[in-house]
Amino acid sequence: MIINHPLLGPRDAAEFYYLGDASLLDRPDWQAPDAADKFYEYQYLRDNAAGEHRELWYHEQGDRSWLIVTRDTLTHDITKVELAHDVALAKQADPANTGREG
Amino acid sequence: MRYSGLRVLWEGLTGNKGWQPAWREPEPKKSYDVIVIGGGGHGLATAYYLSNKFGITNVAVLEKGWLGSGNIGRNTTIIRSNYLLPGNEPFYELSMKLWEGLEQDFNYNAMVSQRGVLNLCHTDAQRDAFARRGNSMRLSGADSELLDQDGVRALYPFLDFDNARFPIKGGLLQKRGGSARHDGVAWGYARGADLRGVDIIQNCEVTGFHIENGVCKGVETTKGAISAKKIAVCVAGSSGRVMAQAGMRLPIESHVLQAFVSEGLKPIIPGVITFGAGHFYISQSDKGGLVFGGDIDGYNSYAQRGNLPVVEDVCESGMALMPMIGRARLLRMWGGVMDMSMDGSPFIDKTHIDGLYFNGGWCYGGFKATPASGYCYAHLLAKDEPHPVATEMRLDRFKRGHMIDEKGAGAQPNLH
Repeated sequence: MIINHPLLGPRDAAEFYYLGDASLLDRPDWQAPDAADKFYEYQYLRDNAAGEHRELWYHEQGDRSWLIVTRDTLTHDITKVELAHDVALAKQADPANTGREG
Repeated sequence: MRYSGLRVLWEGLTGNKGWQPAWREPEPKKSYDVIVIGGGGHGLATAYYLSNKFGITNVAVLEKGWLGSGNIGRNTTIIRSNYLLPGNEPFYELSMKLWEGLEQDFNYNAMVSQRGVLNLCHTDAQRDAFARRGNSMRLSGADSELLDQDGVRALYPFLDFDNARFPIKGGLLQKRGGSARHDGVAWGYARGADLRGVDIIQNCEVTGFHIENGVCKGVETTKGAISAKKIAVCVAGSSGRVMAQAGMRLPIESHVLQAFVSEGLKPIIPGVITFGAGHFYISQSDKGGLVFGGDIDGYNSYAQRGNLPVVEDVCESGMALMPMIGRARLLRMWGGVMDMSMDGSPFIDKTHIDGLYFNGGWCYGGFKATPASGYCYAHLLAKDEPHPVATEMRLDRFKRGHMIDEKGAGAQPNLH
């Protein structure tokens, strides 16, 4: 697989470390009354989508940036690559913006 | 029809005209006592033990494709019970014992061959860990033997013992481990279940569950609605997709694992060998092909095919272990979809929906578990309580903090 890095251009996926579903960015509120349940769901349960999947890749052997890659788990086609940093900033500016389109 | 040597001889002398299909191809009835979703190794084993050991014969197995078309048909056929933890090892040892009596039990040649599984160690620390593992195995009644370098050399003189980076210091041997004919296992269980009246319905995909007031009453399929008292999901690789139809999220990610077979060679590797300094395991099939594999690719996938970096990594590990295979040519390679769970261990459990049961999360170790998985799942379905060796394999174990994490890698499925 080739990941089209927003800053560095096309890079081999072998340069990256894969973490998993991009929902891992949405850390629950640790002070909420149901925090234990929310953290259980956050840490252990997955949608595990067959099809479009937003996921976190770390450019370990490159510029060490975290990327959010939108990839089809049925075909391995990559349709979108964003810097996780940019997505987090956009979300900070507008909390309703989850980064997902549509 | 009972298979025997005499039968083969008789059929040979009479033109092989007496053989019959090994199972029927029935249309589904309107209702059953138990529906097993998934006609792979574990699903067929579940139906077999339900009908043969627990007396429940009004059972249907629903299979989306053809029988045995999932991971039972695309694994590296290794059987062993060399696990470490109390939540796992007794279960896998039960599986090993069932393997040992399997062919007589279901009257089918599954080519179970106890040729020995050897895990190599390359450091002192690794040897200590193997001594611990070996002792843990013995506590559950499994066999284990800690070999020094000479012991390994006597078995496999061709290994690269003095490799500069990964010298071989010894190994942990389980002589009762070995391999089996993967397709034969599926076919044997299918035939054994069918003989007791289980309906095996192929090309019948489940498209939804009938759930009313928290009770699962049946399934919607491509061949119409079918009701049942108990629905047993057993679709490792597709667990997320099927359970999503019941509104459940699982502690599972689907990942792809690749496997490889070389061209046929003369007999050279009598048993199963695993490399301890990378992830690589190899054995030789009866046809002569070297059957080997390594790590999962490491990213979510349902594609049943992987990418080249892992191919390179697996072949490098093989060369570090036994440089003699460098001239062998690869005949074929393929990928299978694994249920990678959050602690590397499986689930055999009821769900929070009454009448709906779940079996999955086998990571890339499901084949060896086939008999015990079917047996324990049938036990759970028949008696509504877990078999004593499967009491830890619960869906809620992460919430309770009772993980079965052999590697200690944490909630990161691609590291297990």
